[in-house]
Order: sequence, then C-alpha cells, then structure tokens
Amino acid sequence: MEQTNMKASKGMNIHLRRIISYVVLILITIMCLVWFYILFINSTRSHAELNRGFTVVPSTYLLTNLQNVLHGTLPILTGLRNSIIVSVISAVLCTYFSTMTAYAIHVYDFKGKRIAYTFILAVMMIPTQVTALGFIKLVGNIGLDDHLGALFLPSIAVPVTFFYMKQYMESTLPLSLIEAARIDGANEFYTFNRVCLPLMKPAVAVQAIFTFVSSWNNYFIPALVLHSDEKKTLPILIAQLRGADFLKFDMGQVYVTIAFSIFPVIVVYLLLSKYIVGGVTAGGVKG
Amino acid sequence: MKRMKVIASLALAATMLFGLVGCGGGADKAASSDSTDSAAATQEVSDEGKVLNIYCWNEEFKNRVTDHYSDYTETGSDLAEDDNGDVAGTVEGKIGDVKVVWHITPSKDNAYQNNLDEALLNQADASDDDKVDLFLVEADYALKYVDTDATMSVEDLGITDEDTKNQYQYTKDVMTDSNGVLKGLSWQGCPAALIYNRDVAKEVLGTEEPDEVQEYVKDWDTYRETAKKMKDAGYYMTATANDSYRVFSNNVTTPWVDADKNIQIDDNIATWVEMSKEMVDAKETTSEAMWEDQWKTGFYPEGKVFNYFGPAWLFNFSMGADDEGSVANSGRWGLCVGPQSFFWGGTWICGATGTDNAGLVGDIMKTMTCDETVLTEIVNDDDDFANNSVVMENFANDESYQSEILGGQNPNKIFCEGVKNIDLSNISSYDQGCNEKFQEAMKNYFDGNASYEEALEQFYDKVEATYPALSH
Amino acid sequence: MSNSKNNAVIKYNRWGYIFLIPFATAYIIFQMIPLITTIYNSFFENYRDGLTIIGPNFIGLENYKTLLESGKLLTYAKNTLIMWVMGFVPQIVFSLLLAAWFSDPALRLKGQRFFKTVIYLPNLIMASAFSMLFFTLFSNVGPINSILVGTGILKESYQFFNHVWSTRALIAFMNFVMWFGNTTILLLAGMLGIDTSLYEAAEVDGANATQIFYRITLPLLKPILLYVMITSLIGGLQMFDVPQILTSGSGDPVGSSMTLIMYLNMHLYSKNYGLGGALSVLLFIITGILSLIIFKAMGYEKGVKK
Repeated sequence: MEQTNMKASKGMNIHLRRIISYVVLILITIMCLVWFYILFINSTRSHAELNRGFTVVPSTYLLTNLQNVLHGTLPILTGLRNSIIVSVISAVLCTYFSTMTAYAIHVYDFKGKRIAYTFILAVMMIPTQVTALGFIKLVGNIGLDDHLGALFLPSIAVPVTFFYMKQYMESTLPLSLIEAARIDGANEFYTFNRVCLPLMKPAVAVQAIFTFVSSWNNYFIPALVLHSDEKKTLPILIAQLRGADFLKFDMGQVYVTIAFSIFPVIVVYLLLSKYIVGGVTAGGVKG
Repeated sequence: MKRMKVIASLALAATMLFGLVGCGGGADKAASSDSTDSAAATQEVSDEGKVLNIYCWNEEFKNRVTDHYSDYTETGSDLAEDDNGDVAGTVEGKIGDVKVVWHITPSKDNAYQNNLDEALLNQADASDDDKVDLFLVEADYALKYVDTDATMSVEDLGITDEDTKNQYQYTKDVMTDSNGVLKGLSWQGCPAALIYNRDVAKEVLGTEEPDEVQEYVKDWDTYRETAKKMKDAGYYMTATANDSYRVFSNNVTTPWVDADKNIQIDDNIATWVEMSKEMVDAKETTSEAMWEDQWKTGFYPEGKVFNYFGPAWLFNFSMGADDEGSVANSGRWGLCVGPQSFFWGGTWICGATGTDNAGLVGDIMKTMTCDETVLTEIVNDDDDFANNSVVMENFANDESYQSEILGGQNPNKIFCEGVKNIDLSNISSYDQGCNEKFQEAMKNYFDGNASYEEALEQFYDKVEATYPALSH
Repeated sequence: MSNSKNNAVIKYNRWGYIFLIPFATAYIIFQMIPLITTIYNSFFENYRDGLTIIGPNFIGLENYKTLLESGKLLTYAKNTLIMWVMGFVPQIVFSLLLAAWFSDPALRLKGQRFFKTVIYLPNLIMASAFSMLFFTLFSNVGPINSILVGTGILKESYQFFNHVWSTRALIAFMNFVMWFGNTTILLLAGMLGIDTSLYEAAEVDGANATQIFYRITLPLLKPILLYVMITSLIGGLQMFDVPQILTSGSGDPVGSSMTLIMYLNMHLYSKNYGLGGALSVLLFIITGILSLIIFKAMGYEKGVKK
C-alpha cells in the first residue's frame, strides 16, 4: 500500500519534471533558431527594404540577392572552396595530432613528461591575439604569406584541444586496453590508430566540429595573411562586401552571403553531431 | 626621449632605383640627398614593368578604369572557369602587354592600410613584378602616405600644373605634402550640402524652394532656431548629431595635431560639441551613430527627419532611392548650401615610389583625372561629381541635368557654388582616428554618461592608444 | 624478469617522444617564436607613426610602468570578468541542467537528438554576423523596442546601448546563447564516457535523479567540467568580437564594456609592438593566475600525480 503510494507520487513528480523540461527545451530551441530565421528573412529582402527596418515576413529578393552575389565580381565560390580546404584540413590536423599528443602524455612514461604537460597547460592560457603580430612576421619570413598553409598548419598544435583529449582519455581510455594490444603484438602506431582513435570518436567529433567552425568563421588572421582573391576565405569576402563602395553596397547581398556561408557549417555539424548525440561509445570503454 | 628612426622609403627607394640605372655605387650619396628629387631622375628608366600592381579597398576605381580607360581590358583569371561558368573572378586585367593585378583588401579593421603599409615598407626588397605601382587613399589618412617618400610627386609622373588647373583646390590640398609638393589626384570631387525634406520644409517653414529654405539654415544660429521649430512641429532636425560633424570638422582653422604632435581641439569642433549637446538634450536630434538604423529612419516620411548633410553620392545611392515610399523615391528631397560648405568622401590616386611602371601610372592618373572627355563621361555614366570646374560648370548650367530625387533640382548648381569655398589646408595624417574617436567619446557626453571633461579624457586615451606618437 | 619488463617499458616509452614531435614542432614554429618575439618586444619602444617606424629602443620596464600606472588595465580586466561571469553563470547552470535532463534515464525525454542538435547551432553563426543581428534587434528603432513600446510596457524606446548594464547584459546574453550549446555538448560527450551500468545500478539501489546527478554524474564529469571552466575562462578573457562589433569598437558607454583584448587591439592597430607586447605579457600572467586558482580549486593536482 505504502509502496504504491510512493510510486504514484514519484510518477507525478516525473510527469511534472518532464513538462518543465519540455517547456524549457522548447523555449531554448526558439532562442537557438530565431537567429537563423532572421538571417533567412533578411537575405530575402532588398537593400532598400533592409533600410526600412525589420519585418517578420520574408520578401521576394532571395534569388535576386543570390544571383547578384554569384554574378558579382567577388569570387564567392572560390572563397567557399578555400574555406572548405582550410577548415577541413584544420579539423583533421588538429584532432589527429592533438589526440596523438594527448596519447603520448597519457600512455607513456618518459623523462620530462610532467614538464611537457605542465608547459602545454600553461601556454594554453595565452590568448591567440597576443602572438598575432609575431605570427604575421613569421609567416612572411617562412614564405607562407598569402598561402592557405599559414592558416591550417598551426592547428597541428592547439593546446586547448590537446587538453580536452587528455581529459577525455582520463575517463575513457583504460591503459589495460593498450597493454592488451601490445601483448597481441601490435606496434605503437597501429595501437594508436586502431585502438585509441576509435575509442576517442566522440571526442574527436566534438573537437572536429569546434575546430571546423572556428576556422570557418575566422576573420582576424586570414585578413592579415591572405591578399590575393584566389586565396581569400568567405569571412574576408563578406567583409569586402560590407566594405563595398556606396554604388554597390547592398545589405541584401551581405545577408545572403552570410546565409550561404552558414550552410556548409550546418551540414558538417549535422554530419558529425550524430557521433555526439548518438552514443557510439557504448561498449569499448567497459572493462 | 624618442629617437626617430625613419624607415626610409627615401634611402631604400633611392638605393633600389639607382640600382636599376646601374650605378649602385652612388646609392649612399643619393640616400642622403633630398628625397623629392630622387624619384624624378629615375622616372624614365623605370617604365619597363610587366606587372602593374594596384592596391585599393573596393571596386569603385576598378570599375572606373574598366569603363573609361580604353586601353584596359579585363582578362579575368583562371578562376573564371569554375564549375559555374558565370563566376567572374576578375582579379586581373591587361593594358597593352602589361598585366594589371588588383589587390583589393577591405578597409574593415584597418586591413587595407595594414596590407598597404607592409607592401610599401617592403617596396625596396620586392621583385619588380611585386612592387606597388599605384594605390588609392582617402582624405582622412591621405597625409600619412603623402607626407612620406612612399608617394611620387605627380610632376614626376609627367602631370603638369596646366593639366590639373581645373581641378578643385581642396582635392589638391588633401594631397599636398608639408613641402608643398602635390602627390596625388582624384577624378571626383565630393562637395556636400544640406539635403532637406521638401514636405517637412513646406509644412513647417512654409516653403520648399531651395533659395528660401537656405534662409532658414544660412548660419548656425538660424539653423538652431529652425531646429526648435522642427522640434515643436514633431520633427528631428537631423537623425543624429554626427550628421553635422563633418560640416564643422572640414572647416577647422587648426589641424587636429600640431607640429609637436600635440592633440588640439579646434574651436569649431568645440562649437559642434556644444551645439550638439544642446540639440540632443532638447531632443532636436539623437546621439546615435551614422549608418545605423536610427540614422536611416529619415529616409522615409515616417522617420520625421528634416535634413541630412551630404554629397551627391549620399542621396543618389545611399538614401533608398529605389525603395517605393522613400522620400528619395518620391523626389521629395531638396538641396541648399546650408550653414557652411564642406566635402565628404572621395578617393585619391597615388603613384608609389619605386614603381617600375611610372609612365603607365602617370598616364592612368592623367586620363582618369585630367581628361575632360573622360570626366564628362564619368558624370554622365556614374553620377560622380567630376573633379573639374569646367566640366561641372557645364553641368551646372545645363537645364536638362535634373535630379529626380531632388524633385527636378540641378544639384550641380549648389555644389559648384559650395565647392570653391572648401578649405582643406588644416588636415593632419591622424584625422581618421581623431574624427572617429572624438565622435565616439562625445556620444558619452551627449547621453549624459560622462561630463565633457571625462569624455575628452576618454578621447585622448583612445587616440593616444591608436597613435602612440601623439600626446596632449 | 622484472628487468626485461623494464626494458620493454623503456622501449615503449621512447614512443612518447616520437608522438610529441609533430605537436612540438608546430608549436615551436607557430606559437613559441611569435611569443618570444612578443615578450622580447615588450622591453622596447617600438611602434609606427604612419609609415615611420619608431624604435626599437630598449626601455626596460617602461611599457609595463605606463600600463600599470594608467589604471586602465584594472578597469578593463574588471569589465571583462564581469561580462564573463554574467554570461558564464547562466551558461553552466543551463548546460548542467540540460545535460542532467538528457542523461536522466528516468525522465526519458523524447526528441533528445533534436534538442541536442539544436543547442549548438547559434555557435555556427559568425560572431560578427550575430552581433549585426543583435544590434539591429535592440537598436532604438529596432523590433524589440517597437514591441516594448507597442504593448505599452515602455513609454518611449529604451536605448539599450546607452546604458552600462543593459549593454553588458546584452553582451553576456550573446555569449551565453553562442556558447551554452558548446558547453552542453562537452558535458554530454563526457557523460557518454560514463558507464551506463553505474546509472542502472544506482537506480536499482533506489537513488533519485538528484542523487544520481550529484553522486555519480558530477564527480565523473570533473575532468570535463574542469576543461569547461578553463576554456570558458580563456574564452572569456579573450572576449573580443561581440563587444567590439556591438559597440562599434568603442567599448562604451564610458568604456564599461571595453575588454582586455579590445584594449590590446587598439595597440595592435597602431602596430605598437612594445606596449602591445607588454600588455600581452600582463594578460598572460593574469590568465595564468586565474587558471591556477581554478586548477587548485578543482583539486587537479591529484589527478596529475596519479
């Protein structure tokens, strides 16, 4: 009798909590999606309409704006290609080598390990802008000026991603697994690539998204490094659209380019997010 | 104690140029000699370049050259054959055998100047095909380049005083260095005037005729009285206090920075602050920034704004003329001289010291800024105000030249009247930062968030961070 | 026997160095050298005056003195921290709440995949574009004010960007919207690493959701939480895009939303390598101290030793 009562109250409780959760989640969803709606609305409006202020109803200029951008003199498609090159390579290099570095610290015991680890943690705090000027000088000196390599090569060493991988390994990569692989006669590279990396999939997916997005949206460094039109990435072209002279200045084009440049990121995100929300890890860790 | 070490475009450029002539031994002597002449000696020989590098921040000049410099043809680039056949990656062109490369960097976050500065500082070491040949500047920072040896005197480029005699004086003031040498030219003038809403004028002042409206805004005292009338009738005089800023800042009697690099506040600027504070407090205008939403409200009748200050490009291209229902679209703006004449905007062409295409650079400059046929074409095709008094007087007296936006008024009459009075002898190389930071800091005063002294202190802080060489 | 094992370990451990090579090389080239240049520069007077380069002249600690004496640094550090906290507190609260809900087996939320996917989306918009939208929305003549005035909540439009706390709140709110999804994803990814049998066991033992959260989820999430704290702090101290664009670079009203990096940016603008370098070093020190405090507070020392 008493037990059923308790069960009932617990059920009520859950029911209420579920309602609250849904309400909050729906509100949050609106807060997350409203921006995309506004961007979409704005990219369907002409420059003149945008000047008039804000509306909630889409207008009819989406295709016109898009055509103006594509037929304009800015190489938007090349920019798209460059952005994809830089972001994909950055994401791959960053996640692969950060995992490798974390693996080195996590699995092996070597002289200077503590120092190396503490050092990386310490330098993690250095704001990127701090070294920007020195970086530009360096880029010029080693001949990477106006080269996409200057944007993706540094992502081999990203302390923050390393730190994440290390933290993740601490909770999910048992050393016994590595030992087992060794006993099976696997060499160290093989162990890393075939035993460690698969286990790290969710972490790699998370960091790949972060790296992809941040290099996709990066303006500061590319603006300083890239000069020629065939190398420019999308954020620079958007800035160029915004800086267009009064004759060509067209907010409709700016918005449509922003919307256009968000699409690939959303696609990449949706592709990778299944690793995060799907729960692929189950299995490998137990034991 | 600041020791100045001038990175000498002068020494380096001279070394390099003499190297070209083939008497490198004389370089040291040349470096120590006066700078302005050194470029002249080399002008004839440095004309063999295969590549013409042009630095600019948008496509305006490129379009002018494409349309009006007949030898120029666009060749596009390899990128033109992208998947979508219609993508024109037009980064390159051709003049005769010379390849033209446009280096376009947006001005946002100072990117254009950063890029140009690096290129100019490396000019001496750059290979011939990479050297900057020609670059564009705006008035606010023109002196930064003009007052150095990075720019060539136009005389050395083969352009005489006779060629430029019809150009407006202010456009030459901007480009004259401290030794009185002319270093750059523009194809456009941007004289500006007072743009008023005819309907509002009719309702509140009882007339919409430019000559009569001018009486209500002929000087700042009268302007203030009119502002009060506008307020009482439910209109803002201007959308933002910053609208009138350039009218004052273009008419200063002292430059922002004196010879000892001290920042000084001109009386005219101080007057603007005083007037603007009173107007903001009286709700005759707002403290908002230009180009933002509040500023744009007056483009439409609902915005209830009486006037803007600006040049032809402002009402032609930036005030929603294509948008049905806008004041511009219904042709209800009027133009009168206003309290003071001033200018706003414009692009100037400079030849870079060390160019290997001096002849070509000179010819482009001459054709684009001195050739009256080309300039007439530009006015007809692009609605620019050409930098030539003869050409513009013709347009001013041409009854058939009417602006629909201005209800059939011929703006060139007003502009030609005003442009003669523009005096730009008091500019400094720091104007861009000073103007920006000043308006920014004063907003705090207008909003009541700071006293005038506090706002001024903020201004000094920011300017001195932007230009470490300055103090107050 | 123990000898041979030791040999094997040493043989393996050599790989530790090998695996460190790519990172070390890239780090030294792309960050170490620029950083050393920066520190070196901080002892010199070295800036541009137009196209003229002043210096470099060795001036010792003069740059540091200038910065510390002006007192601006403290103000801007305070601004930065205030805005970070204003954004981070709701961010961590919401992220933990969402993560707890998502991981609560009893709650069995439907559409989890959708919600989990949606929360990160704001981060995909360029900060500059996002700020542009915000600026338009909250401007004096923007839709938010129209609604507030239209519904009679306000008599006349509220000038969001002319008041200290409303400006700061908007910046914090933007950071919150942009980053809470990121944090939630991190926490979720951490949770996926937690053995589900632990939850099941706890449930069998009759633990309620709150107990499960505090006793199982939170402790096991500690490494990831530490990561979130540290990265958020670093991100917070690097706060730049949003306030820069929202206030058009002014950091107004009266400099109350000027962050440290915006201040640094002003020096970078003038290529003031000396003062900018000194400011960078000070920033580095500030960040270092704050991170150390967090490391200590989270009891991270133990983790390293183990």
